[in-house]
Amino acid sequence: MAKRFRKIVQAGWGILTNAYVRGFLPGGPAIYEGVLKHFCVPGMNCYSCPGAVFACPIGALQAAFSGKHRKFPFYVLGYLTAVGVLAGRFICGWLCLFGLIQELLYKIPTPKIHLPKTPDRPLRKLKYLVLLVLVVGLPLFYRNRLGVGDPFFCKYLCPVGTLEGGIPLVLLNEALRPSLSWLFGWKMAVLVLCIAASIFIYRPFCKYICPLGAFYSLFQRISIVRMRVDQAACIGCGTCEKVCPMSVSPVKNPNSAECIRCTECVKACPAHALSFGIGGEGLKLKNNKGIQGK
Amino acid sequence: MKKEVKPLLSLVILAAAVGMCIFGAVNGEMREVFMKAARICMECIGLG
Ligand code: SF4
Ligand code: SF4
Repeated sequence: MAKRFRKIVQAGWGILTNAYVRGFLPGGPAIYEGVLKHFCVPGMNCYSCPGAVFACPIGALQAAFSGKHRKFPFYVLGYLTAVGVLAGRFICGWLCLFGLIQELLYKIPTPKIHLPKTPDRPLRKLKYLVLLVLVVGLPLFYRNRLGVGDPFFCKYLCPVGTLEGGIPLVLLNEALRPSLSWLFGWKMAVLVLCIAASIFIYRPFCKYICPLGAFYSLFQRISIVRMRVDQAACIGCGTCEKVCPMSVSPVKNPNSAECIRCTECVKACPAHALSFGIGGEGLKLKNNKGIQGK
Repeated sequence: MKKEVKPLLSLVILAAAVGMCIFGAVNGEMREVFMKAARICMECIGLG
């Protein structure tokens, strides 16, 4: 039970934030149009998913940047910054449905690929480029004759929108089918590639592409939820680094931009040297027997 | 091991972020988020 705790939280959160059942029923409204759509979820979750109850933060950010009046998005950016400072990439490890989907795909028993440092390290920087170019730069500066930009990331890259929004909406609404074009084909190809890669590589979208993960990673070193290493207790066995699915060395860099706070290292450390703290030394989550489930 | 960052910095940024969020909300930005989120986004689903 304790071992599955994170999975239960991830799944529970995914269901809770996509709980608009009427969207999936024939004849009902295609998506939820109620008051909760004023608020964003902290993780990636397409707001055009028939079940989505909240807005997607990356979609909302691009909508603000690509709008005619080029307004600074105080509301969404303030929200994302607050979430980043509070929790950093804890959101990725615990509150993102697309992260969970990739983890489940990785459970399919096949030989796994662990990319060597090159090209892994340079590829991890790609997500910052996606954030800068596709989410901010192009929506802000590349405009049509009417002076409106495009949400480039949503339109050309985001596999979350295709999986959670595109496929169910096209299956449930016949009226949308005549509008299918090369763009849908392209986005399906991106999705298939992402799904296939997730079977062999642990969370490839999160590691290399996700602009939201990139944004939250900027706050890892100052986030209020952070990892602590008891250097006196550490016996230097390297177990934490071996078990980390994101290829982080928590002893060398406990608040690495790549750590998704999955707690695998905390559970595996034989010397109980790793813990998660809130703020200073405050609340601690150590690998006591309860967490290890032994 | 990398140097620890003072919790005060985190709190200052958090306060600024909450302030930004409230400022945006009272300036009607929540409505803009809603307007986009409550309609099918053709670009997001690969139709636009
Ligand atoms: S990196 Fe993106 S897709 Fe992955 S868990 Fe974080 S928010 Fe979700
Ligand atoms: S195993 Fe530890 S260092 Fe690696 S991602 Fe999970 S919490 Fe972070």
